[in-house]
Amino acid sequence: MKIKTEAGERHVLAITVDNEAGVLAKITGLFTARGYNIESLTVADITADHALSRITIVTSGPPPIIDQIIAQLDRLVPVHKVIDLNDAGEAHVEREIALVKVAGTGDKRIEALRMADVFRAKVVDTTLTSFIFEITGTSDKVDRFIALMRECGLVEVGRTGVVAIARGSEAL
Amino acid sequence: MTEMSGADMVVQALVDLGVDTVFGYPGGAVLPIYDALYKHPTIKHILVRHEQAATHAAEGYARSTGKPGVVLVTSGPGATNAVTGITDALLDSIPMVVLTGQVPTTLIGTDAFQECDTVGITRHCTKHNYLVMDPDRLGPIMHEAFHIATHGRPGPVVIDIPKNVQVATGTYSVPEFIQHNSYRPQVEPDADAISQAIDMIAAAERPVFYTGGGVINAGPDASAALRQLVSLTGAPITSTLMGLGAFPADDPKWLGMLGMHGTYEANMAMNRADLIIAVGARFDDRVTGRLDAFSPDSKKIHIDIDRSSINKIVPVDLAVVGDAGRALDALIAAWQDKGHKARDLGEWWRRVDGWRATRCLDFPEKKEASAEIMPQRAVKALFDATRGRDPIITTEVGQHQMWAAQHFGFSAPNRWLTSGGLGTMGYGFPAAVGAQIAHPNRLVICIAGEASLQMNIQEMGTVAQYRLPVKIFILNNEWMGMVRQWQELTYESRYSNSYSDSLPDFVKLADAYGWTGLRIDNLGQLEDGIKKMIETPGPVIVDCRVAQLANCFPMIPSGAAHTDMILQPSDVTGTMDDEAKALV
Repeated sequence: MKIKTEAGERHVLAITVDNEAGVLAKITGLFTARGYNIESLTVADITADHALSRITIVTSGPPPIIDQIIAQLDRLVPVHKVIDLNDAGEAHVEREIALVKVAGTGDKRIEALRMADVFRAKVVDTTLTSFIFEITGTSDKVDRFIALMRECGLVEVGRTGVVAIARGSEAL
Repeated sequence: MTEMSGADMVVQALVDLGVDTVFGYPGGAVLPIYDALYKHPTIKHILVRHEQAATHAAEGYARSTGKPGVVLVTSGPGATNAVTGITDALLDSIPMVVLTGQVPTTLIGTDAFQECDTVGITRHCTKHNYLVMDPDRLGPIMHEAFHIATHGRPGPVVIDIPKNVQVATGTYSVPEFIQHNSYRPQVEPDADAISQAIDMIAAAERPVFYTGGGVINAGPDASAALRQLVSLTGAPITSTLMGLGAFPADDPKWLGMLGMHGTYEANMAMNRADLIIAVGARFDDRVTGRLDAFSPDSKKIHIDIDRSSINKIVPVDLAVVGDAGRALDALIAAWQDKGHKARDLGEWWRRVDGWRATRCLDFPEKKEASAEIMPQRAVKALFDATRGRDPIITTEVGQHQMWAAQHFGFSAPNRWLTSGGLGTMGYGFPAAVGAQIAHPNRLVICIAGEASLQMNIQEMGTVAQYRLPVKIFILNNEWMGMVRQWQELTYESRYSNSYSDSLPDFVKLADAYGWTGLRIDNLGQLEDGIKKMIETPGPVIVDCRVAQLANCFPMIPSGAAHTDMILQPSDVTGTMDDEAKALV
């Protein structure tokens, strides 16, 4: 017997929660306990009084599972609001930051700098044998930049994961 | 606003919240609270013999009264022992508040004596939990915890209280009005949804009500409303294990329980229906059988207070989020407002009666006095002997539980206490203790299997201490019967570790604890034995020897559809493919 898995679509969820100890563990634990995917997760408090945190989760699953994830999140006591930014009519902006360290000399070093320029990546640190680039954009763009840097002496990457927000004047 | 110690605040909050009973077990990290309780004789503390039993007793108390059950245990092993009962309460939506002691805040995280990460361990088996780091927060948290445990879909809430927070003084405050800043479950159903639902019900040709524990949780008025709605529509009704008692079993519209060990007529009606009205039920895998064959031709209305239950397993056509009782009231009002009249469901009832004619709960038995007792007969005899006494019945988990569900007729809610979701062996006896504490003058009977009972048998001491007249009726077949039944179904009767070897002499055990012990060996002794059990004051354990190899039918084997029920032992093939074997 083989165990079957279902293909899914990518969704970005924005969740506001009480900024309290254990809330993040509750959210991530829900995903592991129920077998949902987390592709990326970011969290930071977002209000002046530090009472609320906003969590952005990129997940994937078939539509009924996405609905179920939202309903399961929504019933957790410390969760205030859950928004699926991929919902119809909810156009949104996604950004991710990566810090990309490239080491090398000669042509590869020049090529790395040129491509960073094309991608509008900033140099935030440099030595005679290395650069650290800061790149901001969609996850796709970051992926593509990192893939190119592999050819130019990539040694280390740090990524933030996605933050996202709906377009237009309405708040979450 | 009064200055007092954290421990005094805990007890003051319990008093303010109207708590009359706490089930618990003391230990180092809760000694300050126990000392505070000592000064508060209005709160009755029931000393159990194991913390798991405290949680099940609290469940029994809650399920039989509708009030939250309260548990008090110490840190470390006290808390971990409580985890099974907490999880049981989560799966069966039982309101419960568990107070756990914790090592002082200064020692948290140091692997201190009897330290465990209680909030971490219970994070996913509670509806919500708290670690209280400041005594000033104790008052508001205690009140909020009871609010959360009892509002929306009920469930267990853990409050972990470090010992120094119990000792330190602070200000006790009671929130005037609790409106949680994020947890606000929808109680009132949407009027449009109700209007659509009632039109669908009025138009259906083959409707079935499928009700669950949510109706019980919504209170006795919800059960009354259910009866009225069923009577108005004339539709047949079935229920889950957890929902038994919401609708009277002697009503001609009652089809019996549905699902894996449900009746043939209930499962066939679900399969052939054109409308299913699910009320406070969650389409559990024990109920649905094979999903792609579950009620294929019906529209489905799902009324539930928990939005995440809707479309979780079975996609439905109309969702009504709200309290089951409010929704039923609204449906009745809409039925009357719109002037709906019950349709002629004669053709549908003729088909139902055809399925009923299989008499799926019949069982073969010998009638002479010396014959061995069929377990079904024992349950029926118990039911007959207790009619009119309005007993509260608890069960353990296994074959005896299913036989009790099939053959004991309930006519009112809060009389049937069983572990449905988690299926916890060891639940029934302590749950009977909790129910008896809440109802000192009622007849409380735990229908047990000899294997399950041994999982919390130490509570015989608790019963003796509080002189509780709990009756334990063991259907003793010397097997973990349900395990053995599955081994017969699936593993060609290779009985791996399912025999109840080295059983105690239950009559002598009763004697050792100061109980009355009785043994029933054959059919001729059954009626008198039960009568004696009921008439004997104080706690009684009845070792009722039943047919050892009887199995529980009808049954939908795992991976099969409602229409593929095994009705007779002769239908059992003894093998199963891997897909079916992999299902629980």
